[in-house]
Amino acid sequence: MPRFLTLIRIDEKNAPAEGPSPELMDRMGRLLEEITKAGVMLDTAGLTPTSDGSRVTWEGGQLSVTDGPFTESKEVIGGYSISQCKDKAEAIEWTKRFLSLHEDYWTITAEVRQIAED
Amino acid sequence: MTPQPTPASQSPSDPQPAEAPQPASPPPPRPDRTAEVIETVFRMESPRIIAGVARVVRDVGIAEELAQDALVAALEQWPRDGVPDNPGAWLMSTARHRAVDLVRRRENYARKLAEIGRDLSETAPPQEPADLDDIDDDLLRLVFTACHPVLSTEARTALTLRLLGGLTTTEIARAFLVPEPTVAQRIVRAKRTLATKNVAFEVPHGPDREARLGSVLDVIYLIFNEGYAATAGDDWLRPSLCEDALRLARVLSGLMPKEPEVHGLTALLELQASRTAARTGPSGEPVLLKDQNRSRWNRMLIARGFTALGRAEATSGGAPGPYLLQAAIAACHAHAYTYEETDWSRIATLYGLLAARSPSPVVELNRAVAVSMSEGPAAALVLVDALAGDPTLRDYHLLPSVRGDLLARLGRTPEARAEFERAASLTRNERERELLLRRAAEQP
Repeated sequence: MPRFLTLIRIDEKNAPAEGPSPELMDRMGRLLEEITKAGVMLDTAGLTPTSDGSRVTWEGGQLSVTDGPFTESKEVIGGYSISQCKDKAEAIEWTKRFLSLHEDYWTITAEVRQIAED
Repeated sequence: MTPQPTPASQSPSDPQPAEAPQPASPPPPRPDRTAEVIETVFRMESPRIIAGVARVVRDVGIAEELAQDALVAALEQWPRDGVPDNPGAWLMSTARHRAVDLVRRRENYARKLAEIGRDLSETAPPQEPADLDDIDDDLLRLVFTACHPVLSTEARTALTLRLLGGLTTTEIARAFLVPEPTVAQRIVRAKRTLATKNVAFEVPHGPDREARLGSVLDVIYLIFNEGYAATAGDDWLRPSLCEDALRLARVLSGLMPKEPEVHGLTALLELQASRTAARTGPSGEPVLLKDQNRSRWNRMLIARGFTALGRAEATSGGAPGPYLLQAAIAACHAHAYTYEETDWSRIATLYGLLAARSPSPVVELNRAVAVSMSEGPAAALVLVDALAGDPTLRDYHLLPSVRGDLLARLGRTPEARAEFERAASLTRNERERELLLRRAAEQP
């Protein structure tokens, strides 16, 4: 049963400044409980804004560190989950359920990626 | 203008084949994924649907058929009307409506029989569908029913994987290396047995509760071990049984948060699964615990194992059960970044508790190994020699293998050689036999 990393990408410039509404948090809490109880969710969390983050780059044999916010990126990672599903179709189904909890004014892209197991 | 690179497959000097002009064709339609979505949603929801319906009809076989009916209805309607907003709830309510109809028809039939003077006393009282909040209880009833002691171990395993793990009969057959008709038969017979023996669709609360829960945990552990014993050359469905079992254990932990042994089993499986990548070498050969590259142990699973073990300890009231103790032993290994750092004296103590709680010669042998690491070979040999006459270990290759190792460390070379040779003659594993014969030959 493969594991999947789902990256939640949001546009920081157009995301609601006050963050998720209390109702959305409530709905997310209930769904998270359901996914956990299904034995699927291994780990999940939201991330603080990119203004708290940094990027460390290795290029041409040189290291450089750039502090956030990452204004040049249209979409940045706002959260992630690691789940164990029978297949990608199941991972996508759970992801759909997570996204459709959001109000219509949200624009979110969830990238579902399989974790390579050896 | 910069020159454009040409793809290697098509250099400009290649003569182009002359072709008749083709009429412009419309772009191919996007593949309709509705069928895949339906199959996926159904597989995800089927345990809960079967459980919710079984509560109404009081029969897991009929419940599974009604769930299948709901799937057929979805396959007919969704491609036409679109996938509903809450596909799981749609399937559930469709199946439950059919269940209630069926019960009503049965009651009407029973009433008609009664009117013409016949008594049909075994007609069940009508069961109203449960609220969605009750679905956890229904799932738990399904778990206990599938693992009921009236069924054989094989039947419990197959029914659990079918109804709760969502595996098809084909997948179960491939995973257990048995012909598909055999598994299909087992499942059919198991459902019939549950119906004819009037097994109640309920969670046991009486004096047999602990034994019944033990039976559920044993079924899950058995499924896990079947996958754990699979080798690299096996069909991938076999090792994936470990994940099926782990998922079942995690689900059960959510359904029974106050049961220490459930958390103990989950912890044990998380910790054992954390070693998967390190358990086999490049050509699929088994790698012993002491030789495993521990950087390949999965830290996330180890962390989950520790969390589950903490829950088990917090709920155990200081009376650890066998799964908790085995998980605690696995945790000792997981805590050690190198084999040399292993806390053998704690492991020996835990095996001692396990031997007191559920005595078995295999546990005692493991305890001897831990004692040999913490106190030395002489103390361990006393324990091993006490097992010498045990009939259950008579043909168990690990007994002479461990004894040979202890004798070698004590310098009793000829005896050690004889034990290694005896162990080699008993093992059924070719690679293990080579290893034991090499050890016998190495004795000076």
